[in-house]
Amino acid sequence: MAGIRIQSVTKRFGSTQVLRGVSLDVAAGEFVALVGPSGCGKTTLMRIVAGIEQADGGAIDIGGRDVTRLRPGDRDVAMVFQSYALYPHLTVAENIRVPLALRRLNAWQRLPAIGGLLPGAADANHLMEQDVRRAAEALGLRALLDRRPAQLSGGQRQRVALARAIVRRPKAFLMDEPLSNLDASLRVQTRREIVDIHRQSGAATLYVTHDQSEALTMADRVAVMQGGELLQVATPEAIYADPQDLRVATFIGSPRINTLPAETGADGMVRVAGHPVGLWGARPGPLTLAIRPEDLVPAGTGLPAVAEAVEFLGESLLLHARHEATRTKLVLRLPPEARAELPAPGAAFHLQFDTTRALLFGPEGRRVGVSALSGEAAFV
Amino acid sequence: MAERATPLYRDTPRLLLLALAGLIMLMPYIWMVAASMKPLDEIFRASLTLLPERFHAIENYGKVFARIPVGLYLWNGLVVCGGILFFQLLFAVPAGYALAKLRFPGKEFVFGAVMLGLLVPPHVQALPLYVAFSQLGLLNSYTALIAPFTISVFAIFLFRQFFKSLPDDLIHAARLDGFSEMAIVWRVVLPNAWPAATAFSIFSVVAHWNDLFWPLIVVNGQDYATPALGVMYFRSAEAGDDFGALMAAAVIMTAPLVIAFLLAQRRFVEGIATTGLKG
Amino acid sequence: MSDAALTQALPRPARLALGETATAWLLSAPAIIAYLLMLLLPTLATIALAFTDFELGATGFAWIGLDNFAEMLSDRGFMTSLRNTIIYVGLVTPGSIAGALALALLIEAGTRGRTFFRAVFFLPVVSLTVAMAAAWQYLLHPSIGPLNAMLRVAGLGAPEWLSSSSTVLLSLAAIGIWENLGFNLVLFLAGLTAIPRELYAAAEVDGARHAWQRFRLVTWPMLGPTTLFVLTITMIRAVRVFDTVAVLTQGGPNKASQVLLYTMYEEGFTYFRLGYSAAITLVFLAIVLAMMWLQTKVLDKRVHYG
Repeated sequence: MAGIRIQSVTKRFGSTQVLRGVSLDVAAGEFVALVGPSGCGKTTLMRIVAGIEQADGGAIDIGGRDVTRLRPGDRDVAMVFQSYALYPHLTVAENIRVPLALRRLNAWQRLPAIGGLLPGAADANHLMEQDVRRAAEALGLRALLDRRPAQLSGGQRQRVALARAIVRRPKAFLMDEPLSNLDASLRVQTRREIVDIHRQSGAATLYVTHDQSEALTMADRVAVMQGGELLQVATPEAIYADPQDLRVATFIGSPRINTLPAETGADGMVRVAGHPVGLWGARPGPLTLAIRPEDLVPAGTGLPAVAEAVEFLGESLLLHARHEATRTKLVLRLPPEARAELPAPGAAFHLQFDTTRALLFGPEGRRVGVSALSGEAAFV
Repeated sequence: MAERATPLYRDTPRLLLLALAGLIMLMPYIWMVAASMKPLDEIFRASLTLLPERFHAIENYGKVFARIPVGLYLWNGLVVCGGILFFQLLFAVPAGYALAKLRFPGKEFVFGAVMLGLLVPPHVQALPLYVAFSQLGLLNSYTALIAPFTISVFAIFLFRQFFKSLPDDLIHAARLDGFSEMAIVWRVVLPNAWPAATAFSIFSVVAHWNDLFWPLIVVNGQDYATPALGVMYFRSAEAGDDFGALMAAAVIMTAPLVIAFLLAQRRFVEGIATTGLKG
Repeated sequence: MSDAALTQALPRPARLALGETATAWLLSAPAIIAYLLMLLLPTLATIALAFTDFELGATGFAWIGLDNFAEMLSDRGFMTSLRNTIIYVGLVTPGSIAGALALALLIEAGTRGRTFFRAVFFLPVVSLTVAMAAAWQYLLHPSIGPLNAMLRVAGLGAPEWLSSSSTVLLSLAAIGIWENLGFNLVLFLAGLTAIPRELYAAAEVDGARHAWQRFRLVTWPMLGPTTLFVLTITMIRAVRVFDTVAVLTQGGPNKASQVLLYTMYEEGFTYFRLGYSAAITLVFLAIVLAMMWLQTKVLDKRVHYG
């Protein structure tokens, strides 16, 4: 596998175990998003892959080579930092040129003024000019080559950081929340450009973010991390519709998935506060029932709830409600046309859902199997 | 990202280099203290042993206390430095506030004068001030020692920069609460500018405790001598003969500020760094 | 910023008891009075004095135009003083800056002992200069000083550091470096800690393997403003040298350690030739102003990256 191979990496800072044996493979040409709440260890893992931090245990392979003991500069990996980390005293062109110059020229050739006169330097410099220009063109930086970072906007600086990363054509790209410092509108546009650049390069890309929508829209596979371990690694569709852990289900999806405490009775039926929900559990005990906001509909019968407020989003509505018996807050996502028939705030109504889309999680948060009462879309 | 300590064996060369440099740096202190405890014959033997064969510290230090009014000199130092600092803050804080937060015609002019004042070292004013104090019969007095330094353009500049960074709304809220402008300066603005105040205070005290130039000019005799001047008198009196006692005097006069520094190290260093970075 | 624009357009929400102008002038009054009395007038007086032949105790004085300055140019004593001061500054400035930078890098390179070493090197800054000068006198004493004792043991000569005209300026410069190192060290440490750590990480990923490469690519450029500030501060402090000369050599032997401020002091307060001394003061002021001008106009732009 000529991509990134992370094997059982562990890391501790002082008395905190930050990474607990994490393993992950990113194939060449694959875009894997590493997502999780702040402090879950994703940035640490990335820095270990880059070589800026050392792991306590485990191994890293890049492009088929074991790089665990190698310096960052020798790993054939490029990184885009959250703060871009551009050299403030160099122009855009010089910034992009740095990784090439450090590799292709020896110390003598890198001396200012006279270095360029030494044998071999002229050819190397010429080739580097071409590479720099190509990278700058790919990111639309042609007109800015002579500016300094202080004279650029946030979006422009970000492109320079990207250009500096791609100019070397490395085997692996590491990106540490590169979009988090941009305005919302710029983010959406830049997202696509990053994916395009990734596709053109054919490298393995590991992309760290705390924004789950970025992860879902950009990645081939999504790795959800929490508390120093990977909870699930799967395609965006599978992560969304088929989460294996309650933490994955609640982290992915906006607004947050609805969760209700439930229980499998002695008779095998699953009930929420005594109300059967048309599902069977394997053995008696407490459960969590999770259902996405777009899968809940208001109806005349079903789970009792009290409407609280309505939020109009333009393309949809959010109806906030409360399940009295368990004191749980719920959110329903409805099409705008439903406005006419919404229950008024404070009014009682009922909820129904498609049992095939319900998710059940056991007491430790692992997904458990579910069987529906019948093939029907709703229950009574 | 938390910094991890490099393993000790990798760190050793660095620590050794630093230790060597540190030792060289501390040489004067080491020998100063050593000599202050030796009798004269041992000093003149010029041996490289640090510890005295005969412990003569009591005699040396005793001589210093007997010959020169140590307490008086230290007291003078305290009064002068304290007095200077008091007036500097008294004048500079309101002025800095006015320049930072109030709008008035002539503001640019005043600030320009402040900046100009930063360029001129205090030695330039020495001659005319001496003549003036001499004519007024104020030589050899606390007034002569303190007055010229009551204006610190550096303090005005520093406080203005710092006050500028305080939110305007804080002042508005204070006015609405009924504070007079004077009260705002001392009870609202200054407490929020504590780092600048301590930084400057340290800077000022160190600078004036050390000053030899001006006391040398305006003071004659022991009554108003500052510690710096006191050491100089002692040295001239001894004419380089009794090094033991001279070193003891040096130790005594240096000790207060050094001890203060060791106790409040971070403040000192932050003080110098802050004033440096703002300047 | 719309808030600022609003507060200018609308009347202030809370009125000041006095007018704003009156309040401002009232608050600044003490400072302004002190400024006039202790700074402006004396400075103008010095400038005026420089063109007179005023001597303390003399009955009258005359305006002599540029005669004082002409005297300076022909006075060998003064020219020696000027030359010595320049040599002193030329020795102390690079010495204390390079030394402080090297030590700052060493201290920052690890986590152990940072506070301790910083204190050790900073000690001279808070020590009474006069007292330490006395300690140096002992240390450098030709016959009984420990330094020469060590040199004798090593078989090297025992120079008369402070009493020989060939070594006196060097000795004073060494003391000057010792005095200034700690101050510069603290400023460099502050500058080093302000460098964003991520730049070093980026440099490593870009391929800067050795510490020297990282120094050239990240540390030195980012220290630009600090270095410039340290340079100016050190030069100005060096040009003001007085205490060590007054205590240790009084300008001797044979004017070999005569410096600008000591000459000014002697002319003014030992010989009471105030006019001449004022002229020397103006030369001193001109040098200081030239150094500051150098900083702002010439180097400042090159060193700040936005």
